[in-house]
Amino acid sequence: MTEEIIIAGFGGQGVLSMGKILAYSGIMQDQEVSWMPSYGPEMRGGTANVTVIISDEKVSSPILTEFDTAIILNQQSMDKFENSVKPGGYLLYDPNGISRHPERSDIKIITIEGSKLAAEMGNSKIFNMVVLGAYLKIRPIVNLDNVIKGLKKSLPERYHSLVPLNKSAIKKGMENIVEVN
Amino acid sequence: MRDEILKELVQPDNLVYSKTELMTDKTLSYCPGCGHGTAHRITMEVIEELGLWEDTIGIAPVGCSVLAYEFMNIDMQQAAHGRAPAVATAIKRCWPDKIVFTYQGDGDLAAIGTAETLHAINRGENIVIIFVNNGIYGMTGGQMAPTTLLGMKSSTSPYGRDEATMGNPLKITELISQLPGAYFVTRQAVHTPATVRKTKKAIRMAFQNQMDKKGGVSFVEIVSNCNSGWKMTPVQSNQWLIENMLPFYPLGDIKINGEFINK
Amino acid sequence: MGDLKLMKGNEAIAEAAIRAGVDAYFGYPITPQSEIIEYLMAEKPHERTGMVVLQAESEVAAINMVYGAAGTGKKAMTSSSSPGISLKMEGISYLAGAELPAVIVNVVRGGPGLGTIQPSQADYFQATKGGGHGDYRMIVLAPASVQEMSDFVSLAFDLAFKYNNPVMILSDGVIGQMMEKVDLKDSVARWTDEEVKENSPWATVGKTKDRERNIITSLDLDPSHQEKHNEKLLLKYADITKNETRIEKIDCDDAEYLFVAYGSSARIAQKAIQLARAKGIKVGLLRPITLYPYPSEMVAKMADQVKGILAVEMSAGQMVEDVRLAVEGKVKVEHYGRVGGIIHSPQEVLEALEKKIIGG
Repeated sequence: MTEEIIIAGFGGQGVLSMGKILAYSGIMQDQEVSWMPSYGPEMRGGTANVTVIISDEKVSSPILTEFDTAIILNQQSMDKFENSVKPGGYLLYDPNGISRHPERSDIKIITIEGSKLAAEMGNSKIFNMVVLGAYLKIRPIVNLDNVIKGLKKSLPERYHSLVPLNKSAIKKGMENIVEVN
Repeated sequence: MRDEILKELVQPDNLVYSKTELMTDKTLSYCPGCGHGTAHRITMEVIEELGLWEDTIGIAPVGCSVLAYEFMNIDMQQAAHGRAPAVATAIKRCWPDKIVFTYQGDGDLAAIGTAETLHAINRGENIVIIFVNNGIYGMTGGQMAPTTLLGMKSSTSPYGRDEATMGNPLKITELISQLPGAYFVTRQAVHTPATVRKTKKAIRMAFQNQMDKKGGVSFVEIVSNCNSGWKMTPVQSNQWLIENMLPFYPLGDIKINGEFINK
Repeated sequence: MGDLKLMKGNEAIAEAAIRAGVDAYFGYPITPQSEIIEYLMAEKPHERTGMVVLQAESEVAAINMVYGAAGTGKKAMTSSSSPGISLKMEGISYLAGAELPAVIVNVVRGGPGLGTIQPSQADYFQATKGGGHGDYRMIVLAPASVQEMSDFVSLAFDLAFKYNNPVMILSDGVIGQMMEKVDLKDSVARWTDEEVKENSPWATVGKTKDRERNIITSLDLDPSHQEKHNEKLLLKYADITKNETRIEKIDCDDAEYLFVAYGSSARIAQKAIQLARAKGIKVGLLRPITLYPYPSEMVAKMADQVKGILAVEMSAGQMVEDVRLAVEGKVKVEHYGRVGGIIHSPQEVLEALEKKIIGG
């Protein structure tokens, strides 16, 4: 099994940390992982993206142009990455703020109202965990226990009290995906 | 022949003065009349008198004193041009119980190495800096230095240093004295027996500060001559130093124990 | 197994330095490698091992601090990225001339000039052919994973002290910024002062009466001495070439074509191999792990087996010159690489193989 994922959105949406938690979850179940961010000025408010690879084999290139799954969180990223999903792959996106929706018919398109659900839960910071939950629903490549372990590994100890909140956000995401096609 | 005459002359009962063991027997590469030889000797005498021979690491610069390690009989490193304070910083940080000093000229310390000088002092590194200022680049053949006086001729200011196009001589010692990391700052000279004695006293205080782990750099400027670069006899150059260098670079302590001296 | 962590390449270098018993790190921030000094500062290595970590006023000061510390027999290192490494070149030449052991990390970004902060491999010439003035060589290690970023720190210090020579870890923005699983080595204690003196009897640690003074210098005004010194260095470099050349071969046994690539390009080439083999193209990879010494003999041997070689590097064609020198015209050698901070994709690498080597 090899899953090649791009997560793309605005800086500050938790794109990089979502990728990191996913990568850590892979390590927790003895898989090979890589996490390659875009870096530089775009981190400050512009677009941010990260390529995450989780595999049973050693990861070759951390840099890819085609992905099994794209998680898209803003319009710029939609424009940039819609066509980089492999045929038969998945495109997961939050429709909030998207003006041009994806049109491909050779991939599976799923939406998650991440920002809306996070706002309903009273904490916009767990937005990325809602989206992660939605992703895990459609691509259950890592199990939830390992995600929680990965979450603990990537959070400093002083934030471990927030783990239950994050867990319920993941569950909220799992329960609320909408299959578009 | 020379050796035989020397052997005959140098007898224990003729001995009125001997050099410190911390100077090697190698003939100094400095021009006769140059202040470097005296500055070397009194520095080494202080290290010997304070019992620091086995604990001292010196740093030679680029410039006339690039070969200081040939003459100073202690462990030494030769640093890239201007970088002696950075080299000294690392040695002191790695070996806090050792005694570390740099020996630098004006081009090395006040031109190419200004940043390293300023920042080592600003960090308050517990080191000694001995700064020999003769207002010229001696080794490379008498070019203008940052400390060359206005109107002074050098091979790159053949019509005299012109303020408008070449800037003013840099009083780096006054400049660095403003930094909290400068613990002891003094300007001395070696052109007369009296000034040599005062300078040695200042160097002793500088090393003593480091031994006592007083916070900060001890900085000893020595205003010196460069008779060959200035194109004078040694005697003329010392006279020129008194008449021209010292009015602009006045001798005396600027800061002791971290406190400014009010004049 | 030691300690398994998900780390950036830059963080792995920093953690490995603490664990390898490094005595001192001197650096100056520059993207994309600032995580190295940030990590070190956050980890308080002065409490963990007594390691000195200092943010210098410039890259120039930092490399000269390394010179000072190395001259006292301590394990000292610095890191920077391309423009900063250019500034360090004077100091590196001095380290080589004075025969001091030290480690320099370059997390390469695109140039020339201030260039870009995105990854590049365009500092190959600078790292392997000199960079600073004079006839000297650095040993150059090219990690291709976060694991190797960690492992190569202690390897670099072993080589530096074995040969009294500066060693560069030549990485790039991809390997520095990516996170992967790292199996961290167990910590080794820093050398005691007594061990430092024993291991490096040439070090300037204070002249005791029972020995001559130790001098660290690269200067000898007498050209006949300087020539002897240069000849001694050349013998040392020949020894290094004989003993320390390192490569990895991937899918080479049945290969009809060959990629030669190091660092992140080697990773990208591996994916291109998968894509190629899915199409029935038998291509392998020779990955130089040491860029100096260059594995010329190993490349030459592969030239007897394959029909053509593509050197893949994020540069306008630097390492390809060494491949051509090794191959001596036996088979076609071409270069492919994106420049200026753009990373080539596995698909682009495969296309280049098909166009420039198979079809060309």
